[in-house]
Amino acid sequence: MDYAGELISNYEHPHNRGRMSKADSSFHEFNPLCGDDLTIYIRIRDGRIEDVKFDGSGCAISIAAASMLTDEVKGKPISKVEAIGFEELKGIIGIDPGPVRLKCATISLKALKKAVFLYEHKKPDGATENL
Amino acid sequence: MRFDVERIRADFPILQRKMNGKPLAYLDSAATSQKPLAVIEAISDYYSTYNANIHRGIYELSEKATEKYAESKEKVAKLINAGGVENIIYTRNATEALNLAALTYASHKVRKGDRILITEMEHHSNLVPWQLLAKKQKAVLEYIRVDKRTGLLDGTSLNESLEREPAIVSLTQASNVLGTINDVKSITRMAHGHGATVIVDGAQSAPRMRVDVKDIGCDFLAFSGHKMLGPTGIGVMYAKRDILEETEPLLGGGDMILKVTLKAHMWNELPWKFEAGTPNIEGGIVLGTAIDYLNGIGLGAIDSYESELTRYALARLSELKNVETFGPGLKDAKNRAGLVAFSINGIHAHDIAQVFNDNGIAIRAGHHCAMPLVREVLGKDSLARMSFYVYNTKDEIDRAVDAIEKVKKIFRVE
Ligand SMILES: Cc1ncc(COP(=O)(O)O)c(C=O)c1O
Repeated sequence: MDYAGELISNYEHPHNRGRMSKADSSFHEFNPLCGDDLTIYIRIRDGRIEDVKFDGSGCAISIAAASMLTDEVKGKPISKVEAIGFEELKGIIGIDPGPVRLKCATISLKALKKAVFLYEHKKPDGATENL
Repeated sequence: MRFDVERIRADFPILQRKMNGKPLAYLDSAATSQKPLAVIEAISDYYSTYNANIHRGIYELSEKATEKYAESKEKVAKLINAGGVENIIYTRNATEALNLAALTYASHKVRKGDRILITEMEHHSNLVPWQLLAKKQKAVLEYIRVDKRTGLLDGTSLNESLEREPAIVSLTQASNVLGTINDVKSITRMAHGHGATVIVDGAQSAPRMRVDVKDIGCDFLAFSGHKMLGPTGIGVMYAKRDILEETEPLLGGGDMILKVTLKAHMWNELPWKFEAGTPNIEGGIVLGTAIDYLNGIGLGAIDSYESELTRYALARLSELKNVETFGPGLKDAKNRAGLVAFSINGIHAHDIAQVFNDNGIAIRAGHHCAMPLVREVLGKDSLARMSFYVYNTKDEIDRAVDAIEKVKKIFRVE
Protein backbone atom coordinates (compact mmCIF):
# COMPACT_ATOMS: atom_id res chain seq x y z
CA MET A 1 0.00 0.00 0.00
CA ASP A 2 1.19 3.44 -0.81
CA TYR A 3 0.82 6.42 1.44
CA ALA A 4 -0.39 8.66 -1.37
CA GLY A 5 0.10 12.39 -0.96
CA GLU A 6 -3.59 13.10 -0.60
CA LEU A 7 -3.93 10.57 2.18
CA ILE A 8 -1.05 12.11 4.10
CA SER A 9 -2.32 15.66 3.71
CA ASN A 10 -5.79 14.61 4.87
CA TYR A 11 -4.14 13.00 7.86
CA GLU A 12 -2.07 16.06 8.67
CA HIS A 13 -4.89 18.51 8.12
CA PRO A 14 -8.11 16.56 8.45
CA HIS A 15 -11.32 18.21 7.29
CA ASN A 16 -14.48 18.23 9.40
CA ARG A 17 -12.68 17.28 12.58
CA GLY A 18 -14.21 18.23 15.89
CA ARG A 19 -17.34 17.75 17.93
CA MET A 20 -20.80 18.92 16.95
CA SER A 21 -22.89 20.42 19.73
CA LYS A 22 -26.40 19.85 18.38
CA ALA A 23 -26.08 16.73 16.31
CA ASP A 24 -29.17 14.87 15.16
CA SER A 25 -27.29 11.65 15.58
CA SER A 26 -23.83 10.39 16.43
CA PHE A 27 -22.05 7.08 16.71
CA HIS A 28 -18.82 6.00 18.41
CA GLU A 29 -16.68 3.14 17.08
CA PHE A 30 -13.60 1.71 18.74
CA ASN A 31 -11.19 -0.88 17.40
CA PRO A 32 -9.44 -2.39 20.42
CA LEU A 33 -6.90 -4.15 18.22
CA CYS A 34 -5.27 -1.00 16.96
CA GLY A 35 -6.78 1.65 19.20
CA ASP A 36 -8.60 3.58 16.45
CA ASP A 37 -11.30 5.49 18.24
CA LEU A 38 -13.75 7.64 16.23
CA THR A 39 -17.08 9.34 16.74
CA ILE A 40 -19.14 10.65 13.84
CA TYR A 41 -21.71 13.42 14.28
CA ILE A 42 -24.36 14.27 11.71
CA ARG A 43 -26.94 16.97 11.25
CA ILE A 44 -29.75 16.14 8.87
CA ARG A 45 -32.10 18.43 7.00
CA ASP A 46 -34.73 17.37 4.44
CA GLY A 47 -33.30 13.89 4.29
CA ARG A 48 -29.80 15.11 3.50
CA ILE A 49 -26.58 15.30 5.47
CA GLU A 50 -26.42 18.99 6.17
CA ASP A 51 -23.27 18.78 8.24
CA VAL A 52 -20.96 16.05 9.42
CA LYS A 53 -17.99 15.99 11.78
CA PHE A 54 -15.71 13.40 13.26
CA ASP A 55 -13.67 13.31 16.42
CA GLY A 56 -11.20 10.90 17.94
CA SER A 57 -7.78 9.42 17.35
CA GLY A 58 -6.25 6.78 15.17
CA CYS A 59 -3.72 5.89 12.54
CA ALA A 60 -3.13 7.87 9.36
CA ILE A 61 -5.47 5.71 7.33
CA SER A 62 -8.39 5.98 9.75
CA ILE A 63 -8.05 9.75 10.12
CA ALA A 64 -7.52 10.42 6.40
CA ALA A 65 -10.44 8.16 5.47
CA ALA A 66 -12.70 9.98 7.95
CA SER A 67 -11.61 13.31 6.49
CA MET A 68 -12.28 12.31 2.89
CA LEU A 69 -15.49 10.43 3.65
CA THR A 70 -17.02 13.33 5.57
CA ASP A 71 -16.16 15.68 2.69
CA GLU A 72 -17.80 13.28 0.27
CA VAL A 73 -21.12 12.81 2.05
CA LYS A 74 -21.83 16.40 2.93
CA GLY A 75 -25.09 17.39 1.16
CA LYS A 76 -25.86 13.81 0.09
CA PRO A 77 -29.25 12.22 0.78
CA ILE A 78 -29.08 9.79 3.66
CA SER A 79 -30.46 7.02 1.47
CA LYS A 80 -27.24 7.35 -0.57
CA VAL A 81 -25.10 7.20 2.54
CA GLU A 82 -26.86 4.05 3.70
CA ALA A 83 -25.81 2.38 0.48
CA ILE A 84 -22.08 3.21 0.52
CA GLY A 85 -20.09 0.01 0.52
CA PHE A 86 -16.44 -0.87 0.63
CA GLU A 87 -15.89 -0.58 -3.12
CA GLU A 88 -17.23 2.95 -3.14
CA LEU A 89 -15.15 3.82 -0.07
CA LYS A 90 -11.98 2.72 -1.87
CA GLY A 91 -12.83 5.18 -4.62
CA ILE A 92 -13.40 7.96 -2.09
CA ILE A 93 -10.12 7.47 -0.26
CA GLY A 94 -8.14 6.64 -3.39
CA ILE A 95 -6.32 3.58 -2.04
CA ASP A 96 -6.91 -0.08 -1.44
CA PRO A 97 -6.00 -0.55 2.22
CA GLY A 98 -5.46 -4.30 1.87
CA PRO A 99 -6.75 -6.84 4.35
CA VAL A 100 -4.59 -5.84 7.33
CA ARG A 101 -5.60 -2.18 7.31
CA LEU A 102 -9.18 -2.73 6.22
CA LYS A 103 -10.67 -1.91 9.61
CA CYS A 104 -8.69 1.33 9.78
CA ALA A 105 -10.14 2.45 6.46
CA THR A 106 -13.71 1.46 7.25
CA ILE A 107 -14.11 2.62 10.85
CA SER A 108 -15.45 6.06 9.91
CA LEU A 109 -17.86 4.67 7.33
CA LYS A 110 -19.14 2.18 9.85
CA ALA A 111 -19.73 4.90 12.44
CA LEU A 112 -21.34 7.18 9.85
CA LYS A 113 -23.76 4.56 8.61
CA LYS A 114 -24.66 3.53 12.14
CA ALA A 115 -25.36 7.18 13.00
CA VAL A 116 -27.72 7.34 10.02
CA PHE A 117 -29.46 4.10 10.94
CA LEU A 118 -29.81 5.33 14.50
CA TYR A 119 -31.41 8.53 13.25
CA GLU A 120 -33.92 6.49 11.28
CA HIS A 121 -34.58 4.14 14.22
CA LYS A 122 -33.37 1.27 12.07
CA LYS A 123 -31.02 -1.52 12.94
CA PRO A 124 -27.71 -1.44 11.06
CA ASP A 125 -27.81 -3.89 8.17
CA GLY A 126 -25.42 -6.82 7.84
CA ALA A 127 -23.26 -5.08 5.28
CA THR A 128 -22.59 -2.27 7.76
CA GLU A 129 -21.83 -4.61 10.61
CA ASN A 130 -19.39 -6.49 8.42
CA LEU A 131 -17.50 -3.46 7.17
CA MET B 1 34.06 -18.80 19.10
CA ARG B 2 32.72 -16.31 16.61
CA PHE B 3 28.95 -16.26 16.21
CA ASP B 4 28.52 -17.35 12.59
CA VAL B 5 25.23 -15.74 11.72
CA GLU B 6 25.57 -16.43 7.99
CA ARG B 7 25.82 -20.14 8.66
CA ILE B 8 22.79 -19.98 10.89
CA ARG B 9 20.84 -18.00 8.31
CA ALA B 10 21.49 -20.71 5.74
CA ASP B 11 19.53 -23.12 7.95
CA PHE B 12 16.35 -21.03 7.72
CA PRO B 13 14.66 -21.50 4.33
CA ILE B 14 12.19 -18.64 4.84
CA LEU B 15 15.01 -16.12 4.99
CA GLN B 16 15.61 -16.72 1.29
CA ARG B 17 12.28 -15.20 0.38
CA LYS B 18 11.36 -11.65 -0.38
CA MET B 19 8.60 -9.52 1.01
CA ASN B 20 7.24 -6.79 -1.23
CA GLY B 21 10.18 -7.35 -3.56
CA LYS B 22 12.81 -6.77 -0.85
CA PRO B 23 14.83 -9.40 0.98
CA LEU B 24 12.87 -10.37 4.07
CA ALA B 25 14.16 -8.82 7.29
CA TYR B 26 12.24 -10.68 9.97
CA LEU B 27 12.30 -8.58 13.13
CA ASP B 28 9.34 -10.13 14.90
CA SER B 29 10.78 -13.19 16.62
CA ALA B 30 9.38 -12.18 19.99
CA ALA B 31 5.98 -12.95 18.46
CA THR B 32 7.10 -16.21 16.89
CA SER B 33 10.46 -17.39 15.65
CA GLN B 34 11.25 -18.76 12.22
CA LYS B 35 12.11 -22.45 11.94
CA PRO B 36 15.35 -24.09 10.85
CA LEU B 37 15.30 -26.81 8.21
CA ALA B 38 16.04 -29.43 10.87
CA VAL B 39 12.73 -28.61 12.56
CA ILE B 40 10.76 -28.51 9.32
CA GLU B 41 12.23 -31.86 8.27
CA ALA B 42 11.60 -33.44 11.67
CA ILE B 43 7.87 -32.72 11.30
CA SER B 44 7.78 -34.35 7.92
CA ASP B 45 9.94 -37.24 9.12
CA TYR B 46 7.47 -37.99 11.90
CA TYR B 47 4.51 -38.06 9.57
CA SER B 48 6.29 -39.90 6.77
CA THR B 49 8.06 -42.57 8.79
CA TYR B 50 6.67 -43.24 12.27
CA ASN B 51 3.29 -41.56 12.79
CA ALA B 52 1.37 -43.51 15.44
CA ASN B 53 -0.39 -42.78 18.68
CA ILE B 54 1.80 -42.93 21.75
CA HIS B 55 1.60 -44.95 24.95
CA ARG B 56 -0.68 -47.63 23.56
CA GLY B 57 0.49 -49.34 20.42
CA ILE B 58 2.39 -52.56 20.78
CA TYR B 59 4.20 -52.14 17.53
CA GLU B 60 7.38 -50.55 16.26
CA LEU B 61 5.94 -47.27 14.99
CA SER B 62 4.14 -46.50 18.20
CA GLU B 63 7.14 -47.48 20.27
CA LYS B 64 9.33 -45.11 18.32
CA ALA B 65 6.84 -42.23 18.60
CA THR B 66 6.45 -42.85 22.33
CA GLU B 67 10.18 -42.95 22.81
CA LYS B 68 10.81 -39.75 20.82
CA TYR B 69 8.05 -37.94 22.69
CA ALA B 70 9.53 -38.94 26.05
CA GLU B 71 13.02 -38.12 24.82
CA SER B 72 11.95 -34.58 23.99
CA LYS B 73 10.70 -34.14 27.55
CA GLU B 74 14.12 -35.19 28.75
CA LYS B 75 15.63 -32.50 26.55
CA VAL B 76 13.25 -29.90 27.95
CA ALA B 77 14.02 -31.02 31.51
CA LYS B 78 17.74 -30.73 30.85
CA LEU B 79 17.34 -27.35 29.14
CA ILE B 80 15.77 -25.76 32.19
CA ASN B 81 17.59 -27.97 34.73
CA ALA B 82 14.41 -29.58 36.03
CA GLY B 83 14.64 -32.72 38.14
CA GLY B 84 13.28 -34.91 35.37
CA VAL B 85 10.51 -35.54 32.86
CA GLU B 86 8.00 -35.83 35.68
CA ASN B 87 8.21 -32.04 36.04
CA ILE B 88 7.47 -31.33 32.39
CA ILE B 89 3.84 -30.99 31.31
CA TYR B 90 3.20 -30.28 27.67
CA THR B 91 0.56 -27.68 26.85
CA ARG B 92 -0.37 -25.80 23.71
CA ASN B 93 1.67 -22.74 24.60
CA ALA B 94 2.78 -20.51 27.46
CA THR B 95 -0.72 -19.13 27.76
CA GLU B 96 -2.18 -22.55 28.40
CA ALA B 97 0.59 -23.35 30.88
CA LEU B 98 -0.15 -20.19 32.87
CA ASN B 99 -3.87 -20.85 32.78
CA LEU B 100 -3.28 -24.43 33.85
CA ALA B 101 -1.29 -23.26 36.87
CA ALA B 102 -4.06 -20.80 37.72
CA LEU B 103 -6.87 -23.30 37.25
CA THR B 104 -5.30 -26.18 39.14
CA TYR B 105 -2.86 -25.51 41.96
CA ALA B 106 -3.54 -21.79 42.37
CA SER B 107 -7.31 -22.12 42.42
CA HIS B 108 -6.99 -24.49 45.39
CA LYS B 109 -4.47 -22.38 47.22
CA VAL B 110 -6.10 -18.98 46.73
CA ARG B 111 -8.97 -18.34 49.15
CA LYS B 112 -11.38 -15.51 49.62
CA GLY B 113 -9.55 -12.30 50.48
CA ASP B 114 -6.11 -13.69 49.55
CA ARG B 115 -3.81 -11.64 47.40
CA ILE B 116 -2.44 -12.52 44.00
CA LEU B 117 0.56 -10.44 42.97
CA ILE B 118 1.63 -9.83 39.37
CA THR B 119 3.37 -6.90 37.67
CA GLU B 120 2.24 -4.08 35.43
CA MET B 121 4.45 -5.40 32.64
CA GLU B 122 2.66 -8.73 32.17
CA HIS B 123 1.49 -10.07 28.85
CA HIS B 124 -2.29 -10.62 28.84
CA SER B 125 -1.62 -14.34 29.19
CA ASN B 126 -0.15 -13.79 32.65
CA LEU B 127 -2.75 -11.22 33.58
CA VAL B 128 -6.21 -12.29 32.47
CA PRO B 129 -5.99 -15.77 34.10
CA TRP B 130 -5.32 -14.01 37.42
CA GLN B 131 -8.14 -11.53 36.93
CA LEU B 132 -10.41 -14.51 36.32
CA LEU B 133 -9.13 -16.40 39.36
CA ALA B 134 -9.37 -13.33 41.59
CA LYS B 135 -12.95 -12.88 40.53
CA LYS B 136 -13.82 -16.52 41.02
CA GLN B 137 -12.22 -16.79 44.47
CA LYS B 138 -13.02 -13.23 45.56
CA ALA B 139 -9.31 -12.65 45.93
CA VAL B 140 -7.45 -9.39 45.46
CA LEU B 141 -5.23 -8.88 42.43
CA GLU B 142 -2.31 -6.51 42.99
CA TYR B 143 0.35 -5.20 40.65
CA ILE B 144 4.00 -4.46 41.25
CA ARG B 145 4.48 -1.07 39.62
CA VAL B 146 6.81 -0.45 36.71
CA ASP B 147 9.07 2.59 36.73
CA LYS B 148 8.22 4.17 33.41
CA ARG B 149 11.56 5.97 33.25
CA THR B 150 13.86 2.97 33.74
CA GLY B 151 11.59 0.19 32.55
CA LEU B 152 12.36 -1.72 35.75
CA LEU B 153 10.08 -2.98 38.50
CA ASP B 154 9.70 -0.46 41.26
CA GLY B 155 11.60 -1.83 44.28
CA THR B 156 9.44 -0.09 46.85
CA SER B 157 6.26 -1.33 45.25
CA LEU B 158 7.73 -4.85 45.14
CA ASN B 159 8.66 -4.81 48.82
CA GLU B 160 5.38 -3.31 49.95
CA SER B 161 3.32 -5.79 47.96
CA LEU B 162 5.28 -8.74 49.33
CA GLU B 163 4.73 -7.46 52.87
CA ARG B 164 1.03 -8.03 52.28
CA GLU B 165 1.80 -11.76 51.98
CA PRO B 166 0.34 -12.72 48.60
CA ALA B 167 -0.59 -16.36 48.08
CA ILE B 168 0.70 -16.28 44.51
CA VAL B 169 3.38 -14.20 42.82
CA SER B 170 3.37 -14.55 39.05
CA LEU B 171 5.72 -12.53 36.87
CA THR B 172 7.54 -12.51 33.60
CA GLN B 173 11.25 -13.12 33.43
CA ALA B 174 11.56 -10.93 30.33
CA SER B 175 9.09 -8.29 29.18
CA ASN B 176 7.92 -8.57 25.59
CA VAL B 177 7.50 -4.79 25.39
CA LEU B 178 10.22 -3.23 27.52
CA GLY B 179 12.77 -6.01 27.13
CA THR B 180 13.38 -5.76 30.87
CA ILE B 181 14.83 -8.90 32.41
CA ASN B 182 13.53 -9.23 35.93
CA ASP B 183 15.67 -10.72 38.66
CA VAL B 184 13.29 -13.62 39.18
CA LYS B 185 15.79 -15.41 41.39
CA SER B 186 15.83 -12.74 44.11
CA ILE B 187 12.13 -12.08 43.75
CA THR B 188 11.42 -15.80 44.17
CA ARG B 189 13.57 -15.94 47.29
CA MET B 190 11.82 -12.91 48.77
CA ALA B 191 8.35 -14.18 47.81
CA HIS B 192 9.03 -17.59 49.31
CA GLY B 193 10.03 -15.81 52.49
CA HIS B 194 6.50 -14.46 52.59
CA GLY B 195 4.91 -17.84 51.89
CA ALA B 196 3.99 -17.20 48.26
CA THR B 197 4.01 -19.68 45.40
CA VAL B 198 6.06 -18.29 42.52
CA ILE B 199 5.15 -18.66 38.87
CA VAL B 200 7.53 -17.42 36.19
CA ASP B 201 6.49 -16.61 32.63
CA GLY B 202 9.50 -17.67 30.57
CA ALA B 203 7.93 -17.08 27.15
CA GLN B 204 10.52 -14.45 26.23
CA SER B 205 13.45 -15.69 28.31
CA ALA B 206 13.56 -19.42 27.54
CA PRO B 207 14.34 -18.84 23.85
CA ARG B 208 17.29 -16.57 24.49
CA MET B 209 19.02 -17.26 27.78
CA ARG B 210 19.85 -20.00 30.20
CA VAL B 211 16.79 -20.50 32.42
CA ASP B 212 17.61 -22.71 35.37
CA VAL B 213 14.58 -23.55 37.50
CA LYS B 214 16.70 -24.90 40.35
CA ASP B 215 18.78 -21.77 40.46
CA ILE B 216 15.74 -19.50 40.24
CA GLY B 217 13.84 -21.65 42.72
CA CYS B 218 10.45 -20.90 41.17
CA ASP B 219 7.51 -23.26 41.66
CA PHE B 220 6.21 -23.01 38.10
CA LEU B 221 7.69 -21.96 34.76
CA ALA B 222 5.76 -21.49 31.52
CA PHE B 223 7.03 -21.12 27.96
CA SER B 224 6.13 -21.71 24.30
CA GLY B 225 7.91 -23.86 21.74
CA HIS B 226 7.08 -21.63 18.78
CA LYS B 227 9.14 -18.73 20.10
CA MET B 228 12.24 -20.95 20.32
CA LEU B 229 12.45 -22.43 16.83
CA GLY B 230 9.84 -25.11 17.51
CA PRO B 231 6.41 -25.59 15.94
CA THR B 232 3.24 -23.89 17.13
CA GLY B 233 0.87 -25.77 19.39
CA ILE B 234 3.45 -27.00 21.88
CA GLY B 235 4.31 -25.32 25.17
CA VAL B 236 5.61 -26.27 28.57
CA MET B 237 4.45 -26.02 32.13
CA TYR B 238 7.22 -26.92 34.55
CA ALA B 239 6.30 -27.36 38.21
CA LYS B 240 7.98 -28.74 41.28
CA ARG B 241 7.29 -32.39 41.94
CA ASP B 242 5.56 -32.05 45.32
CA ILE B 243 3.25 -29.46 43.86
CA LEU B 244 2.32 -31.62 40.90
CA GLU B 245 1.77 -34.59 43.16
CA GLU B 246 -0.69 -32.80 45.39
CA THR B 247 -2.48 -31.05 42.54
CA GLU B 248 -5.60 -32.41 40.88
CA PRO B 249 -5.51 -32.41 37.11
CA LEU B 250 -7.81 -30.13 35.15
CA LEU B 251 -8.84 -32.47 32.38
CA GLY B 252 -9.84 -36.09 32.60
CA GLY B 253 -9.67 -38.64 29.83
CA GLY B 254 -7.41 -41.14 28.18
CA ASP B 255 -3.72 -41.32 28.99
CA MET B 256 -4.02 -39.50 32.30
CA ILE B 257 -5.30 -42.46 34.30
CA LEU B 258 -3.79 -45.74 35.38
CA LYS B 259 -7.02 -47.47 36.20
CA VAL B 260 -10.70 -46.66 35.90
CA THR B 261 -13.63 -48.51 37.35
CA LEU B 262 -17.27 -47.58 37.09
CA LYS B 263 -16.96 -45.77 40.40
CA ALA B 264 -13.46 -44.34 40.50
CA HIS B 265 -10.13 -43.82 38.81
CA MET B 266 -6.48 -43.72 39.70
CA TRP B 267 -4.32 -41.07 38.17
CA ASN B 268 -1.44 -41.92 35.99
CA GLU B 269 2.03 -41.05 37.22
CA LEU B 270 3.67 -37.72 36.51
CA PRO B 271 3.80 -35.99 34.13
CA TRP B 272 1.11 -37.89 32.23
CA LYS B 273 -1.57 -37.17 34.80
CA PHE B 274 -1.85 -33.66 33.35
CA GLU B 275 -1.98 -34.64 29.69
CA ALA B 276 -5.43 -36.03 28.97
CA GLY B 277 -6.12 -37.34 25.50
CA THR B 278 -3.86 -37.70 22.50
CA PRO B 279 -1.34 -34.89 22.78
CA ASN B 280 0.40 -32.86 20.11
CA ILE B 281 2.79 -35.70 19.35
CA GLU B 282 4.52 -34.06 16.43
CA GLY B 283 4.91 -30.79 18.34
CA GLY B 284 6.33 -32.52 21.38
CA ILE B 285 8.84 -34.51 19.39
CA VAL B 286 9.94 -31.60 17.25
CA LEU B 287 10.35 -29.28 20.23
CA GLY B 288 13.18 -31.68 21.08
CA THR B 289 14.70 -31.05 17.66
CA ALA B 290 14.47 -27.30 18.20
CA ILE B 291 16.22 -27.64 21.55
CA ASP B 292 18.99 -29.66 19.91
CA TYR B 293 19.44 -26.85 17.42
CA LEU B 294 19.54 -24.20 20.16
CA ASN B 295 22.05 -26.24 22.14
CA GLY B 296 24.16 -26.56 18.99
CA ILE B 297 24.58 -22.79 19.03
CA GLY B 298 24.59 -22.52 22.82
CA LEU B 299 22.22 -20.40 24.88
CA GLY B 300 25.12 -18.41 26.27
CA ALA B 301 26.19 -17.49 22.74
CA ILE B 302 22.62 -16.62 21.78
CA ASP B 303 22.29 -14.40 24.82
CA SER B 304 25.43 -12.43 24.07
CA TYR B 305 24.71 -12.14 20.35
CA GLU B 306 21.22 -10.79 21.05
CA SER B 307 22.64 -8.42 23.55
CA GLU B 308 25.08 -7.15 20.93
CA LEU B 309 22.25 -6.60 18.43
CA THR B 310 20.10 -4.88 21.04
CA ARG B 311 22.90 -2.54 22.03
CA TYR B 312 23.51 -1.74 18.39
CA ALA B 313 19.83 -1.04 17.79
CA LEU B 314 19.52 1.17 20.88
CA ALA B 315 22.61 3.11 19.84
CA ARG B 316 21.39 3.61 16.28
CA LEU B 317 17.89 4.63 17.38
CA SER B 318 19.31 7.09 19.88
CA GLU B 319 20.90 8.98 16.95
CA LEU B 320 17.47 9.68 15.50
CA LYS B 321 15.49 12.76 16.31
CA ASN B 322 11.87 12.32 17.41
CA VAL B 323 12.30 8.59 18.01
CA GLU B 324 11.58 7.39 21.52
CA THR B 325 12.57 3.95 22.80
CA PHE B 326 11.10 2.16 25.79
CA GLY B 327 12.59 -0.03 28.48
CA PRO B 328 16.05 -0.08 30.02
CA GLY B 329 18.51 2.19 28.23
CA LEU B 330 21.85 1.51 26.61
CA LYS B 331 23.76 1.33 29.87
CA ASP B 332 21.47 -1.45 31.14
CA ALA B 333 21.43 -3.28 27.81
CA LYS B 334 23.14 -6.30 29.31
CA ASN B 335 19.97 -7.04 31.23
CA ARG B 336 17.66 -6.69 28.33
CA ALA B 337 16.03 -9.22 26.07
CA GLY B 338 16.60 -8.82 22.33
CA LEU B 339 13.86 -6.41 21.48
CA VAL B 340 13.32 -2.67 21.22
CA ALA B 341 9.92 -0.99 21.32
CA PHE B 342 9.81 2.51 19.88
CA SER B 343 7.57 5.30 18.70
CA ILE B 344 8.05 8.15 16.26
CA ASN B 345 6.57 11.45 17.26
CA GLY B 346 3.02 10.23 17.80
CA ILE B 347 2.73 8.43 14.46
CA HIS B 348 0.48 5.42 14.91
CA ALA B 349 2.52 2.22 15.11
CA HIS B 350 0.43 0.59 12.39
CA ASP B 351 1.51 3.30 9.98
CA ILE B 352 5.12 2.64 10.96
CA ALA B 353 4.77 -1.11 10.46
CA GLN B 354 3.11 -0.52 7.10
CA VAL B 355 6.09 1.43 5.79
CA PHE B 356 8.45 -1.23 7.18
CA ASN B 357 6.40 -3.88 5.36
CA ASP B 358 6.71 -1.96 2.12
CA ASN B 359 10.47 -2.20 2.65
CA GLY B 360 10.51 -5.91 3.34
CA ILE B 361 10.82 -5.58 7.11
CA ALA B 362 8.47 -7.42 9.47
CA ILE B 363 7.94 -5.69 12.82
CA ARG B 364 5.16 -5.73 15.38
CA ALA B 365 2.81 -2.84 16.04
CA GLY B 366 0.10 -2.29 18.58
CA HIS B 367 -0.31 -2.96 22.27
CA HIS B 368 1.65 -6.25 22.14
CA CYS B 369 -0.95 -8.02 24.29
CA ALA B 370 0.15 -5.86 27.20
CA MET B 371 -2.55 -3.20 27.11
CA PRO B 372 -2.26 -2.15 30.77
CA LEU B 373 1.48 -1.55 30.32
CA VAL B 374 1.26 0.25 26.99
CA ARG B 375 -1.82 2.34 27.68
CA GLU B 376 -1.91 2.88 31.42
CA VAL B 377 1.77 2.84 32.37
CA LEU B 378 3.49 4.17 29.26
CA GLY B 379 0.46 6.22 28.18
CA LYS B 380 0.63 5.25 24.49
CA ASP B 381 -2.03 3.98 22.09
CA SER B 382 0.41 1.75 20.31
CA LEU B 383 4.10 1.00 19.97
CA ALA B 384 6.25 -0.42 17.20
CA ARG B 385 8.66 -3.17 18.20
CA MET B 386 11.58 -4.86 16.54
CA SER B 387 12.83 -8.08 18.06
CA PHE B 388 15.90 -10.12 17.28
CA TYR B 389 16.94 -13.73 17.22
CA VAL B 390 19.84 -15.93 16.15
CA TYR B 391 19.41 -15.17 12.45
CA ASN B 392 19.23 -11.37 12.59
CA THR B 393 22.05 -9.05 11.58
CA LYS B 394 23.22 -5.50 12.16
CA ASP B 395 22.57 -4.92 8.49
CA GLU B 396 18.87 -5.60 9.10
CA ILE B 397 18.90 -3.08 11.94
CA ASP B 398 20.42 -0.56 9.54
CA ARG B 399 17.57 -1.26 7.15
CA ALA B 400 15.11 -0.68 9.98
CA VAL B 401 16.76 2.67 10.70
CA ASP B 402 16.43 3.58 7.01
CA ALA B 403 12.76 2.60 7.17
CA ILE B 404 12.29 4.91 10.15
CA GLU B 405 13.78 7.72 8.07
CA LYS B 406 11.25 6.88 5.35
CA VAL B 407 8.38 7.00 7.84
CA LYS B 408 9.58 10.38 9.01
CA LYS B 409 9.79 11.63 5.46
CA ILE B 410 6.30 10.41 4.53
CA PHE B 411 4.81 11.90 7.68
CA ARG B 412 6.95 15.00 7.44
CA VAL B 413 8.54 14.58 10.83
CA GLU B 414 11.89 16.25 11.34
C1 LIG C 1 5.96 -12.42 27.93
C2 LIG C 1 5.00 -13.31 27.21
N1 LIG C 1 4.26 -14.16 27.91
C3 LIG C 1 3.39 -14.98 27.32
C4 LIG C 1 3.22 -15.00 25.96
C5 LIG C 1 2.20 -15.92 25.38
O1 LIG C 1 2.75 -16.83 24.51
P1 LIG C 1 1.79 -17.77 23.68
O2 LIG C 1 0.95 -16.89 22.84
O3 LIG C 1 2.72 -18.61 22.88
O4 LIG C 1 0.99 -18.55 24.64
C6 LIG C 1 3.97 -14.13 25.19
C7 LIG C 1 3.79 -14.10 23.72
O5 LIG C 1 3.93 -13.11 23.07
C8 LIG C 1 4.89 -13.27 25.82
O6 LIG C 1 5.63 -12.42 25.12
